[in-house]
Amino acid sequence: MNIAEGVQVVSFFILSATMLAAALGVVLLSNIVYSAFLLGGVFMSMAGIYLLLNADFVAAAQVLIYVGAINVLILFAIMLVNKREDFSELPGRWIRKISTAVVCAGLFVLLGAMVIVTPWAIEPPSTAVVRETTVVIGKHLFSDFLLPFELASVLLLMAMVGAIILARRDFIPEQIQERETALTLPERPRELDALEGGTGK
Amino acid sequence: MNSGIDLQGTFIESLQDLGLTPGLAKLLWMPLPMGLMLIGATIGVLIAVWLERKISAAVQQRIGPEYAGPLGVLQPVADGIKLVFKEDVIPAKSDPWLFTIGPAIVVIPVFLSYLIVPFGEKISITDINVGIFLWIALSSIAPIGLLMSGYASNNKYSLLGGLRAAAQSISYEIPLALAVLAVVMMSNSLSTIDIVEQQSGYGILGWNIWRQPVGFIIFWIAALAECERLPFDLPEAEEELVAGYQTEYSGMKFALFYLGSYVNLVLSALVFAVLYLGGWESIIPIENLGALFGISENAPWLQVIDGALGITMTLIKAYFLVFTAILLRWTVPRVRIDQLLNLGWKFMLPVALVNLLLTAALKLTFPFAFGG
Repeated sequence: MNIAEGVQVVSFFILSATMLAAALGVVLLSNIVYSAFLLGGVFMSMAGIYLLLNADFVAAAQVLIYVGAINVLILFAIMLVNKREDFSELPGRWIRKISTAVVCAGLFVLLGAMVIVTPWAIEPPSTAVVRETTVVIGKHLFSDFLLPFELASVLLLMAMVGAIILARRDFIPEQIQERETALTLPERPRELDALEGGTGK
Repeated sequence: MNSGIDLQGTFIESLQDLGLTPGLAKLLWMPLPMGLMLIGATIGVLIAVWLERKISAAVQQRIGPEYAGPLGVLQPVADGIKLVFKEDVIPAKSDPWLFTIGPAIVVIPVFLSYLIVPFGEKISITDINVGIFLWIALSSIAPIGLLMSGYASNNKYSLLGGLRAAAQSISYEIPLALAVLAVVMMSNSLSTIDIVEQQSGYGILGWNIWRQPVGFIIFWIAALAECERLPFDLPEAEEELVAGYQTEYSGMKFALFYLGSYVNLVLSALVFAVLYLGGWESIIPIENLGALFGISENAPWLQVIDGALGITMTLIKAYFLVFTAILLRWTVPRVRIDQLLNLGWKFMLPVALVNLLLTAALKLTFPFAFGG
């Protein structure tokens, strides 16, 4: 084993260990801010594993999109609505806990079975290192992966239009505000009465 | 092209001559570029800080630092030593872990990005395929560190500053990436070395600044916003937010933020020089000069001069840009946060998109001039 292989093996184990530890932290920690920051750690270790697989463009894209955009968005959402409140104990909470455990165990078994059943070996096993990864990815995106690529862009466009409509309130008719329905947006400007309630009026 | 000076090959060969195995020789080589990168970036920052003090003083008709060393060149060193010996205070109700990790997350990606800056055809730490994209990806990590330190300080000014910094950083990342993409489209490669080589051969006339007149302005505005320089320094606007996310920091942790911001400024200037000002290329094309005087371009002394000239040219261009950034600081007023976001999303983003579209059209129409 030469230096390069040794470094690869060691970094693979370090990356896997940090990824598993950070992922467990995301689920198990009670402070949601810690969970969000640890999620960034998970994404970073994933990018490192992509690098070990010689997928440099995918690794950089992983950092840019997941760490730089999605994780920051999650953090923003948490920090803007960071409301500390104590949740009251629900009666019969154990039923929910047990059903959650069953669902999670089922998912785990399903994924584990998928990992074992799938033939991972690529035919023929090519050892040639692809120098220009971006060129190869681009060719795939515009030939055999064209439909998923276009569908993803249409989906993102729809999400963007939706976000703009939600942000520009003037598109939503005003009479919704009168009726108290379940569809009322929670961040609608509240009436002044409600805001001054705490001043002892 | 000729092979140029191969420092790594020569170093490993000479160690092998001393009786070391090839693997061990390579292992000894590996820390050298990394150490050089750290030292180079730090010295670059010291010079930038000294320039900032001196130029600011000159703008305000003062003298500036004078007694620490000749012309006050040792003043940044003195600043650094002072910060090292300052007491490191962690506020009482803060979150000590996040408070400590935050500055590190801001600084480490900036230093890592120095990997991609080339100073010559062979004088670069690495030539990776995704070069310039790696810089964009790494610079998108910084907002997490800013949010982390803003949140962990348990101070409303810090939290506001952190949120502002992250919002600003995300908004200006997109025009920055689009401006870079237009350059990448012309050079058909993400590698910084290929980008410079595509501009070489015609001296100043071949530089991308002529082919991307809109792109370079967008890039520079976005880069200033990413570095939180005036007119976009509102995450740490003293009059409104004390010092933003840095309010509670002192000692070495504050020094990390300070270092990070200046490293980022010098790095942005270097990347600007690589993308738009022809990197290590001189103003007049000199690589043909050797042939003119009948000197072989593989002559060792010519190569040494060539390498030295390349490093000098890159640094001159970069520090000229740092100079303009410092002048801008004392010329323009700070924008408001709504103006900043409006400028980013409603002006820079559409213009950058149109610029990208135009570049693609020109590339199809004039493939000889726009890298077909």
